[in-house]
Amino acid sequence: MVRVARRRGGMLREDAIWGWLLQAPVIAGLAVFVAGPLLASLVLSFMDWPMLTPPSFVGLDNLNTLINDPFFVQAIGNTAFVTVISVPLYMVVGLLLALALDRKLRGISIYRVIFFLPSQLPAVANAIVWLWMFNPNYGLVNWVLGIFHLPMSSWIQDPGMAKPALIIMGMWTTGTTMIVYLAGLQGIPAELYEAAAIDGASAQRRFWNVTLPMLTPVIFFTLIMGIINTTQSGFTTTYIFTAVNGPTATETVNGGPGNALLLFILYIYDVAFVNFHMGYASLLAWILFLIVLSVTLINFKLAGRWVYYEGQTGR
Amino acid sequence: MAVLTQVEKQEPRGTSLWLSKRVRERVGHLVLHLVLIGVGVTFLVPFVWMISTSLKQSGTEFVNPPQWIPNPIMWTNYKEALLADVPFLTYMKNTLIIAVAVTVGDVLVTSLSAYSFARLRWPGRNILFICVLATLMLPNIVTVIPTFLMMRYLGWIDTFLPLIVPAWGGVSTLGGAFSIFLFRQFFLTIPRDLDEAARVDGATPLRVWWSVMLPLSGPVLATVVIFDVLNSWNDFFNPLIYLDSQSNFTMALGLGQYVIGHSGTLYNLEMAAATVMTIPVLVLFFVAQRSFIGGIATTGLAAR
Repeated sequence: MVRVARRRGGMLREDAIWGWLLQAPVIAGLAVFVAGPLLASLVLSFMDWPMLTPPSFVGLDNLNTLINDPFFVQAIGNTAFVTVISVPLYMVVGLLLALALDRKLRGISIYRVIFFLPSQLPAVANAIVWLWMFNPNYGLVNWVLGIFHLPMSSWIQDPGMAKPALIIMGMWTTGTTMIVYLAGLQGIPAELYEAAAIDGASAQRRFWNVTLPMLTPVIFFTLIMGIINTTQSGFTTTYIFTAVNGPTATETVNGGPGNALLLFILYIYDVAFVNFHMGYASLLAWILFLIVLSVTLINFKLAGRWVYYEGQTGR
Repeated sequence: MAVLTQVEKQEPRGTSLWLSKRVRERVGHLVLHLVLIGVGVTFLVPFVWMISTSLKQSGTEFVNPPQWIPNPIMWTNYKEALLADVPFLTYMKNTLIIAVAVTVGDVLVTSLSAYSFARLRWPGRNILFICVLATLMLPNIVTVIPTFLMMRYLGWIDTFLPLIVPAWGGVSTLGGAFSIFLFRQFFLTIPRDLDEAARVDGATPLRVWWSVMLPLSGPVLATVVIFDVLNSWNDFFNPLIYLDSQSNFTMALGLGQYVIGHSGTLYNLEMAAATVMTIPVLVLFFVAQRSFIGGIATTGLAAR
C-alpha cells in the first residue's frame, strides 16, 4: 500500500511536468498566433502602416478616420442587418428540420443527408452556384418565381435585394445547426417524455414543457456560435458576389451594388489587403471583436434567465 | 426534475375519435413525408442545376424554360475548364500538400494536448483549457493582420508555410481548439485502467499517448482528419491573402479566381469548376457520414 501510494505521489509530480510539456506546442501556438497578434493588432490600431513606408505612431488619428468613415457605418449596418435576421432565422429553420427528422420514419437518414450536405460544401462552390441561381435573366430563382407569377428581382445586382439574397442562400447551409439540434433532441432522456405522457401531457405540451427547456443549452450554444460565425462566414460569399460584379467607378471599395454587400469582414479585408492600411484595419478588427465580445457577454449574462442546466453533468 | 413539476396534470386525451390511432399516425407520416420531400427537393435543386449547367453547350444555358437534361451533353466542358484554362493538376497538388501537412500537425499536436488535458493533473490545467476553448469564440479577423505582417516579415508570403505552421501550434484558424475538444471528450471515455496500468509499469506519458491512447482513438481520429482535410479543401480566405502566384494556388482559390475572371459569361464552365470542387466532398461525406455527423454533434453537446 505504502509503495503504491508513494508511486502515485511521484506520478503526480511527474504529471505536472509532463502535463505542461505536452502542452508546449499549443502554448507556443496560442502565444505566437493568438495572444501575440491580439495585442499587436491593438497596438497597430494606433499606428499608420501603409506597408510601403515604415509604421508610424499616429495616436487617435485612426479613431478620427473611423468617425468620418461612411463605409464603416455602412459595413456595420449591413452586418447588423444580416446577423439580426439570419441568426434567429437559421436557428428556427435548423430546429424545425431537426424536429421533423427526430423520429423513426422510413428513409429518414436520406433526408438527413440531403439537409446536412450543403453546409459542408466549399463556400466558393456554393457562392458560384448561387450567383448563377440568382442571375436576373437566366437564373433558376427568377424562373421559379415567374412560374407562380410572383414578382422577380435582380437579387444580387439590386441594392435592396442583395442582402435578402445572401440570407436566402444561407438557409441552404443550416445543416450544421440542424445536426446540433438533432443531437440535442436525441440526448433528452426518454423517461421525461414517458413521465409527461403518464401525466397526460399532449404532444404540444410535451414540446413546450419538456423538449424546449431541455434543449435550451443547445439553443444557447447555437445562438452564441451563430453570432460569432455570421460576423465572419459571409466573407467568401460576399467576396465572390462583389468581385464578379467589380467595383463601379464611383465606388472605392468593393461592396456590391450600393455597397449593399459590404459586410464588416469584407470591408476589413478591403482596407487591410487591398488598400494596405494595416493600422486602420486593425482598429476596425478590434471594433468588430469588441462588438462580438459584448454581445456574447450580454448573452451569457441573460442566459441564467432562460437556459436550463440539468444538474451538473459536466466532468 | 424541475421540468417535470412544470408539467401540469391534464385529463387524458379523448380516445373516441372517429379515426383509429394507427390511421392517424399513418396520415401524420404521410404529411411529414410530403413536407420533407418538398424541402428536400428545394435543397437538391441547386446541385442538379449546377451539374446540369456544367454539361451544357455554350448558349443553351440561357434557354427558357431551362433544359434540365442538357442537349447535347458536353463532357468537354470539364476538359476545357480544368485543363485548358487553369493549371488544375497544380491546384490539386498544392491543396493535397497543404491538407496533408495541416492534418498531420493538427492530429499530433492536438491529441497530445488533449491527452494532457484528459489524463494528467497539473496546475493551471483548467485555465489553459478555458483559454483554448475561448479561441473558438475569437473572430479570426482580429489576429489575421498581425499574423500576416509576421509571415511577411519571415518571408513566408506566397509559400504554404502560413497555411501549415499554425496547425502545428494547435491553433489552425480553422479548428485546432475543435480538435483538442473532440480528442479530450473521446479520451475521457477510454477506461482509465488501460493507461494507468501502463503508467504504473513505468511508461512515460508520451509513450502512453502514442501506444495506448492513439491506437484506441479510431473514430475520433477519423472525425478530426476529415474536418482537417475538408477545411483545407474549403478554405478560401487564408490562401487568398497568403498566396500570390498562380502556381501556388489551392483549388478553392484557383477556381474562385477563375470564376471571377470569367464573370457572368461562361456559366457552363463555371459550374464545371464548382462541380469539381463539390464532388470530392460528396464522396468523402458518403464514405464517412458518421464521422461527420458525430463530430458536429459532439461539439454541439458540449453545450450541456
